[in-house]
Amino acid sequence: MQCPMPKIDFDIITLAHGSGGLLTNKLLEYGVFDLLKNEELDKHHDGATLELNGKIAFSTDSFVISPVFFPGGDIGELAINGTVNDIAMCGAIPQYLSLSFILEEGLSMQEFWNILVSIKFAAEKSGVKIVTGDTKVVDKGKGDKIFINTTGIGKMHPKANISLQNIKAGDQIIVSDQIATHGIAILSVRQGLEFETTIESDTRNLNDMTLKLLDEFGDKIKLFRDPTRGGVAATLNEIARDANLGIELLESKIPVDVQVKAACEILGLDPLYTANEGVFMAIVAPEIADNVVSILHQFEEAQYASIIGEVVGEHNGQVLINNAMGGKRVVHMPIGEQLPRIC
Amino acid sequence: MKHLTEYRDPELAKKVLHEIEKITTKPWKIMEICGGQTHSLVKNGILTVLPKNITMLHGPGCPVCVTPLHLIDKAIYLAVEKKVILCSFGDMLRVPGSKKSLLEAKAEGADVRILYSPTEAVNIAKENPDKEVVFFAVGFETTAPANALSVLHAEKLGLKNYSILNSHVLVPPAISALMEDPESTIDGFLAAGHVCSIMGYWEYYPLVEKYKIPIVVTGFEPLDILQGIYATVKQLEEGRAEVDNQYARMVKEEGNTSAQGIINQVYEVSDQMWRGIGTIPESGLVLRKEYENYDANLKFKIDIEKAPENAECIAGSIMKGIKKPYECVHFGKMCNPQNPLGAPMVSSEGACAAYYNFSKFKEIV
Repeated sequence: MQCPMPKIDFDIITLAHGSGGLLTNKLLEYGVFDLLKNEELDKHHDGATLELNGKIAFSTDSFVISPVFFPGGDIGELAINGTVNDIAMCGAIPQYLSLSFILEEGLSMQEFWNILVSIKFAAEKSGVKIVTGDTKVVDKGKGDKIFINTTGIGKMHPKANISLQNIKAGDQIIVSDQIATHGIAILSVRQGLEFETTIESDTRNLNDMTLKLLDEFGDKIKLFRDPTRGGVAATLNEIARDANLGIELLESKIPVDVQVKAACEILGLDPLYTANEGVFMAIVAPEIADNVVSILHQFEEAQYASIIGEVVGEHNGQVLINNAMGGKRVVHMPIGEQLPRIC
Repeated sequence: MKHLTEYRDPELAKKVLHEIEKITTKPWKIMEICGGQTHSLVKNGILTVLPKNITMLHGPGCPVCVTPLHLIDKAIYLAVEKKVILCSFGDMLRVPGSKKSLLEAKAEGADVRILYSPTEAVNIAKENPDKEVVFFAVGFETTAPANALSVLHAEKLGLKNYSILNSHVLVPPAISALMEDPESTIDGFLAAGHVCSIMGYWEYYPLVEKYKIPIVVTGFEPLDILQGIYATVKQLEEGRAEVDNQYARMVKEEGNTSAQGIINQVYEVSDQMWRGIGTIPESGLVLRKEYENYDANLKFKIDIEKAPENAECIAGSIMKGIKKPYECVHFGKMCNPQNPLGAPMVSSEGACAAYYNFSKFKEIV
């Protein structure tokens, strides 16, 4: 997917591109507006005016990933998918996004353009319109190439009733795909930790899948969550704590790519605590669990969907994992970022 | 990866567990030397399925835990005051110094970088000729060859801006020290497989002879550890005290002789301070005189006050197998991973971290 870069006067972003003057206008006109065009954005107004009825979902996220380009994606794609997925997790249909850039002086125009093109395609794929935005430039050294904030709005799915309060003992926990792929893809290109691999980030929009499940099962879907930072472990600990219920996982059922597993072994990391982008978890009524998995398997992005555990009425607030040997351990809330071990 | 699933085969594990149960007639206390083994024991729930009369004691084989407090303060001093690029293995970063950790120093603006390989630090030195680069070279025999190699690489490249802050410890003298401790109740050892893949196991013959204890070289996967325990119990039940090698797929009697050659070229044996345990004679490695230009201690003439250890922390007793983490009154209360009293609570190989992270609640310990 490529779009040729228009001729813009400068090869790099300068402070003047954020000044609000001529260069800002040129950058917006020949870059952002042209590429992302839609009837709202075309008005070039201070904000967007939207027609919205009924209950909406509203979410925001900031993206500061380093490196900006990584195997399988870039910050632009991530910024769209991240907020689209947060809206989807609420049980809503993502519709409109805002898009704000904080650019570091010196960012190459080509890199910025490539990020914009990723944004365009990610927005198209997930069916959202970018209707308002902002661009600021900071001095060299005050940023890390580019920071992006996106905020999104979506209409609630008419059959959705996503709430922690609905979760009961016996409900089944499903992950939509192999976990930890994104976190390991990013780590493989971090300075000092580089290793050769073909692992690519799984960043993608998840709303097609969540909406299909809501169409089919409505309020039998109790909760959607995307286990991004802190991984599956952090998300499940939050759920167990907030719902005041216990969670039991089956280690053998948790899908992890062979290469990702090997990288985790080498670096001393736990896939349960590693970040995801293209994976969601669903907590569903037991009677629909198998059907949910079958429907997910129809999507290319959810070939490894699996029931990984269940909600229980004991050890409330705690997540336990059972291994095939009969051993049991606590899956603790992560403290901070995982740090690779010595040996 | 095939090997990973093989050594985690639940059916085989159950068989070995059953065999252990069959041969165990008396209570035995077995110490796994390496913190990686401790984590495997706890993480895989092995402690919850072992026969009740087998007690696992968790040994001192956590390099981060035994690195002296003073040295951590020195690393922080170099990063903060001397403005060096301080490179470290990841799990050193959360370990508390007397005032702060390297992670806190990093947050305050120090250039602290997490590396997986010490030779990467040499590349950083090459790319930053106007900056001093120091690698925090800690570890057991396992990491010694790579740390030594970084010095040889720096020498070959003629780099003047690379040095190491060194704290290297050795397993066999630690086993002697543990056995000489009057409070010791250890009946047998699982030796650390990775250490032995470098050093071999010839070093352990005099120890089994002197202390009449079985030492079984053991790997890190659930099946490795169960087999190691089985081999140790078998010896104990039969009244034998020998060196055995469970980890034969990785470990040869003589070890990796070229790695040993690199260690010996760069390092020499010396007395060494172990955090929480004290000084153990001839239990460490220091740079040889020919390589003293790469010694950060000498290069920066570090002269900072020696801070006292936190008196509330019983890390020493835990690493000697005298106490379990949950027997510490501060475990999980005043001492937790956000606010650790000692290193074993935050190191990825620390016994306290293993218990805290994987089995916080005593009923499943």
